[in-house]
Amino acid sequence: MSPDQTPTPPTPAAAAAPPTPPTPAAPAAPPTPAPEAAPTPAAHAAPPPRSLPGTGQAHRHILVVLVMDRPGVLNRVASLMRARNFNIDSLAVSRTDKPHISRMTLTLHGDDVAVEQAAKQLYRLIDVLKVQDVTADQVVEHELALLKVRATDGNRAEVIKIVELYKGRIVDIAPDAVIVEASGTEAEIDSLVALVRGYGIKELVRTGAVVMLRGAGSIEEALKL
Amino acid sequence: MTMTKGEPPAGQADGTPGRRSHMPGDGTAAAAAIEQARREMLHDVRTRKRTRIGADALMEALIRQGADTLFSYPGGVILPIYDILGDYPEIRHILVRHEQGGAHAADGYARASGRVGVCMGTSGPGATNLVTGIATAQLDSVPMVAITGNVPGSLIGKDAFQEIDITGITLPMTKHNYLIRNADDIPRVIAEAFYIAKHGRPGPVHVDLTKDALQQETRAEHPSLVDVIAGLPGFRPNTEGHPKQLKTAAREIAQAKRPLILAGHGVLIAEAWDELRAFAEKTQIPVAWTLLGIGAMDEEHPLAYGYMGMHGWKHVNRAIQAADLLIAIGMRFDDRVTGSVRTYAPYARIIHADIDPAEIGKNVAVEVPIVGDAKNVIVGLTKLVHEVEPAARAGYHAQLAEWRHESEEASWHGSGGWREGVLSADFVVSRIGELTDHVATYVADVGQNQMWLARYTKFRRPHSHISSGGLGTMGFAVPAAMGAALGNPSAETWAICGDGGFQMTSQELMTLAADRIPVKIALLDNKKLGMIRQWQEIFYAENYHSSHLPGPDFAKLADAYGIPAFKATKTDEVDGVIRAAQAVDGPALIWFEIEQEQNVFPIMPAGKGLSDLIETWGAPEE
Repeated sequence: MSPDQTPTPPTPAAAAAPPTPPTPAAPAAPPTPAPEAAPTPAAHAAPPPRSLPGTGQAHRHILVVLVMDRPGVLNRVASLMRARNFNIDSLAVSRTDKPHISRMTLTLHGDDVAVEQAAKQLYRLIDVLKVQDVTADQVVEHELALLKVRATDGNRAEVIKIVELYKGRIVDIAPDAVIVEASGTEAEIDSLVALVRGYGIKELVRTGAVVMLRGAGSIEEALKL
Repeated sequence: MTMTKGEPPAGQADGTPGRRSHMPGDGTAAAAAIEQARREMLHDVRTRKRTRIGADALMEALIRQGADTLFSYPGGVILPIYDILGDYPEIRHILVRHEQGGAHAADGYARASGRVGVCMGTSGPGATNLVTGIATAQLDSVPMVAITGNVPGSLIGKDAFQEIDITGITLPMTKHNYLIRNADDIPRVIAEAFYIAKHGRPGPVHVDLTKDALQQETRAEHPSLVDVIAGLPGFRPNTEGHPKQLKTAAREIAQAKRPLILAGHGVLIAEAWDELRAFAEKTQIPVAWTLLGIGAMDEEHPLAYGYMGMHGWKHVNRAIQAADLLIAIGMRFDDRVTGSVRTYAPYARIIHADIDPAEIGKNVAVEVPIVGDAKNVIVGLTKLVHEVEPAARAGYHAQLAEWRHESEEASWHGSGGWREGVLSADFVVSRIGELTDHVATYVADVGQNQMWLARYTKFRRPHSHISSGGLGTMGFAVPAAMGAALGNPSAETWAICGDGGFQMTSQELMTLAADRIPVKIALLDNKKLGMIRQWQEIFYAENYHSSHLPGPDFAKLADAYGIPAFKATKTDEVDGVIRAAQAVDGPALIWFEIEQEQNVFPIMPAGKGLSDLIETWGAPEE
């Protein structure tokens, strides 16, 4: 999130300026000219400060990005997000069924306008074919996680029970640990992780979310090549 | 081989040989002999049977794209190119003295001609030296193809001699870049690079070629334009303004009482100056411009209002602050234009047209966004708007005229240098404008000289003003003017620079001299980093650290390069030295020793708004 999004005026002197009408005594120290008589109707009060683009309210967005499968394209996307001051929460990349086209699923936090700006910046990349913000759409969202949880004879059954409740699987058992495979939305995996944390998580790896629109609609088919 | 060539290089139109580097002056017997020998040698090489290598494919591709000038500096891995360069007399090679100069020259060439500029350097340091010039082109949307060599493919990633990950470096500061490891890819990539560089929002494209790709034999054919476009499915710039948005914009224009057009670089890139004038005349809306929008409107036109922003005219900024509608075309609401966005144009609704969707809504929230090419948008709008009689806007125009009168009166005194006997920079640049009939190409450096030029030289021709606006690259003027003089040889070319920026790239004086490129350099020497000194005076309590900049005897320096030099220290010498420089056939330098502590006013302090201009500072010593 850009620091510019928080509309805090830079100096105390400037802070007083926006809400008050433009008085002849301007706060600036150097000799200033007479107040600017904006040719507006007398009834027109001092204008409110111009609003900055965006609401400033950040929430999670999911972007699906279809790209040409060319060397360096991941670097281009990642570099752009860094340069434009966006933090990527997760990024999953894979091939699609179409030759030479890869699909990235990118989650990030930002307000609507900021994320729209990120999408527009992504479109400037020559290798980017399509960017779609699916945050507001009906989607299937899944993420895969592997957790290596400390589990001994004393509590292994408990761990297995919790994992089963979350529709996870035990994929490896050792004397002191189990490996749990879980898939689901980011929030589901978050809560599983929170529950087993008490037993001791030795290792955790997550793939990042992948999403697909519900219904017959297809992001790939909408692509005009 | 089909060739789509632009204007022939200087000197070739009348059948005489073009001027080349390492040549003695034209017309001498020695020059003729060398030229004759060179032609015979070329003939020999060209008919010689040899295989077509990657470097040949590169040169063929450049020629097919209409490139006629290559600003370059040799090095180890691009020697395969230099080995065959002599076979391609269609391309004039300018041997620059530093790669940065080559990149700026390609930039100036592109801006003056409207064509794609081409520069080249070797791997490692040659490539990193190009970087500043590429970044300058990126920030100002200049079409450029920058070519670098790289170590052989088998050595990439081994930290080989003069190896650096240059495509990694240029990735965030180019429109696109390529690393070619195979000669067969060269024709396609060069064609794509030129297409990307000049279509949509222009920008630099960097092509890195491994040495072995340059040396391999290849039979790869050059692609057709259709193939190039088909190979770039992710690059489909939208150039037509959306009809619904144009209608909405026309409605806004019909209702506005105090509308103002803000013209940016996009108007010049789209070559839409005639359309802009027609639109302004039909609607009777005055036109203000950004730094890079200078020249979009003839400054003598009654509806031309002036230059906006941090050092813009007070009347223009006042009009923006009072406007109820801003029609922004091909500009991007840079922070130097808006100041504090919170207090920017508080009464105005905004129509923003730009070819790059990412520019719209980036810095200011707008009411009517239009994505499209400036020319298409202006033509579309002109069709939709009602014709307005000047009388209908008489009150508005009178108010603007009054503000303009006040501001122009004040600014000459505010500069602090307009006093008897003192050589004032604003006087110098205004005289240069007058004595060149306002139609030369004027290339600014960065700092006070840039702002003086933008404010006090009237520009009456599109593309007559060239300035590093976005990146603000000191050292830009001399090499960019070199390129501009070759890109538009019919216009007299002036480089306006300060003593600081001049010393950053003064090695290109040798290129000017060797290739006899007729650039006139106006060196405004205040023995200071003037803009830094001004900021220190006003914002840093006169703590003048490192802004005093003693320089050499610039006349002797120019003389050492064989460039005629003139010097002026008084107001009444100015016209004489300008005329003397104009009379020189070839490059010339004028050393203006100007008032040392002259400031550029007004100035908008950083973080403040357009209504918070500082117009003068300290008490005049009168």
